[in-house]
Amino acid sequence: MKTGDIIRFSARALSGYTTRTFLMILAMAIGVASVILLTALGEGARRYVTNEFTSLGTYLLIVLPGRSETTGGPPPLLGETPRDLTLQDALSLTRNSAIRRVAPITVGSAPVSWKHRDREVAVLGSTEALFEIRHLSMAQGRFIPAGDPRRGLAVCVIGYKLKRELFGNQSPLGQWVRIGERRFRIIGVLGRKGQSLGLDMGDVAVVPIASAQTLFNTSSLFRILVQANGRDAVPRAKETILTTIRERHDGEDDVTVITQDALLSTFDRILVTMTLSVAGIAAISLSVAGILIMNVMLIAVSQRTSEVGLLKAIGAPDTQILRLFLAESAILSLVGAGLGVVLAFIGTWGLGRVFPRFPFTVPIWALVAAVFVALVTGLVFGVLPARRAAKLDPVEALSRR
Amino acid sequence: MIHLAGIERTFLVGDEAVHALSSVNFTVRQGEYVAIMGPSGSGKSTLLNIIGLLDRPDKGVYTLENLNTTELTDDQQASVRRNKIGFVFQFFHLVPRMTTAENVELPMILADVDPASRKSRVQAALSSLGLSERAKHRPDQLSGGQRQRVAIARATIMQPDVILADEPTGNLDRTSGIDVIRILEDLHQKGMTLIMVTHDPALSRRAARRVQLQDGKISSDTGGV
Repeated sequence: MKTGDIIRFSARALSGYTTRTFLMILAMAIGVASVILLTALGEGARRYVTNEFTSLGTYLLIVLPGRSETTGGPPPLLGETPRDLTLQDALSLTRNSAIRRVAPITVGSAPVSWKHRDREVAVLGSTEALFEIRHLSMAQGRFIPAGDPRRGLAVCVIGYKLKRELFGNQSPLGQWVRIGERRFRIIGVLGRKGQSLGLDMGDVAVVPIASAQTLFNTSSLFRILVQANGRDAVPRAKETILTTIRERHDGEDDVTVITQDALLSTFDRILVTMTLSVAGIAAISLSVAGILIMNVMLIAVSQRTSEVGLLKAIGAPDTQILRLFLAESAILSLVGAGLGVVLAFIGTWGLGRVFPRFPFTVPIWALVAAVFVALVTGLVFGVLPARRAAKLDPVEALSRR
Repeated sequence: MIHLAGIERTFLVGDEAVHALSSVNFTVRQGEYVAIMGPSGSGKSTLLNIIGLLDRPDKGVYTLENLNTTELTDDQQASVRRNKIGFVFQFFHLVPRMTTAENVELPMILADVDPASRKSRVQAALSSLGLSERAKHRPDQLSGGQRQRVAIARATIMQPDVILADEPTGNLDRTSGIDVIRILEDLHQKGMTLIMVTHDPALSRRAARRVQLQDGKISSDTGGV
């Protein structure tokens, strides 16, 4: 029997029982669609987090005061307070080939006021390097000018939300605002960038690092952002930072360097695991669909007993009958899988419309895997009914009407 | 052509062994027209099923055209059924979802006949049986006589050597029954061997050779070798 004939015969057999075939295809489609949709959700979450990290800057290293890892050895007798990170520490890092840019950061919270309006926002003290490192953009004016970071100019750059709250539609450029106890001239407005790791860049005021230190009366830094000279330079930059700071801090390893890649790969691992487990749960619905196929095919075999008897009488060997019924299961699961893929794409499209910020994407591997698993399920669960059909005794099968 | 020697077939009904056939010796020559008769339970259907390779004897040797069929595998037996034997059943056994033409085409699909020649062979078979008008009809749109004619077209489409008919008129009214018998006899005239099981004495009288079965044994045979 030719392959084309097998497919035609099985397809005709299926189309003969519309409701039953439709229900089986639907069950398979729901299984496949849920696998694909849930994987798309997981993958979307992974991409969302990755994007967040990339918007943080590329080849980024974050230097934090204090050591995070615990090592063995006796507990310190004297209280060990980590040394603060200072502006000098930050500046000492710039003289290295592995490091492209260094942005020291202090963060505080202060009221910003203009005329009668005021608003409590996060005030970020940094240098011009922050602009490049964080991939910021300007809506108006310019960023904090380059120059000696130790000099505290009375200029500031504000986020678009802060600008809207204080100035409405007026241009804030050149206006003097009061931040805390000091006055600053606005030289720029940041472009919309949205949230990045908890800090809403729309609702900040950025001032030169030295001004911020005076404002908050501190000499320590919140952290130092370092941009390495390319991906390969990241480990070298990390090493340099640790040695340089250790030399400057009397041989104490009292800073922690987090590389963006390390953070990213941790999140990546978590999210991939999550995606896989969610897809695995969805796969259970696929196996339910498989059992349904088996069940309905068993009914089909008993309904078509005399047909099987006839096929044997006119010369179909057992293997042929096995193949015919397996082909039916395969067609069911393939058509179901196809419909499921269509449903999944409609679903992701719909979700994308509802949550435009969330990057829903259907990974190719999930697509291939779902269709493949559907086919395998159909065939595996189709074996039992098909074998039952092939093993029917023709005399007995024909004696039924 | 058909040679049965010492055929035994026993069925277990509950705890009891029922001898459907016991030491049956039976020979049919090429081109014969044989009617097998007997009360129900006499083993006539079992005999037909064994000749048609649908059933295997427990003992004995069945030779079909010098081929010892008892030694064949299931697949080889299927191939013999496909090419050498045509069945006509009491209940027609047409596939309900298929049209007349598709039902007739089915044996050729199983036998891997070239699709191009299938259509013309189906048309020829249908027109010779006066069914051309009904090619696109499904079995439930046909009368009993028409259904049986479709079944005959299906049984003969592979040009088998033997036609095995199990009560071919048992489910038909008198007129269409006679019709069907005439068609079968026509095929016999053209050289096919025809073996028919019936319990209608009027029908069996038309056959050149009559075999009577009783309790699994041949009790009379008008043309035994």
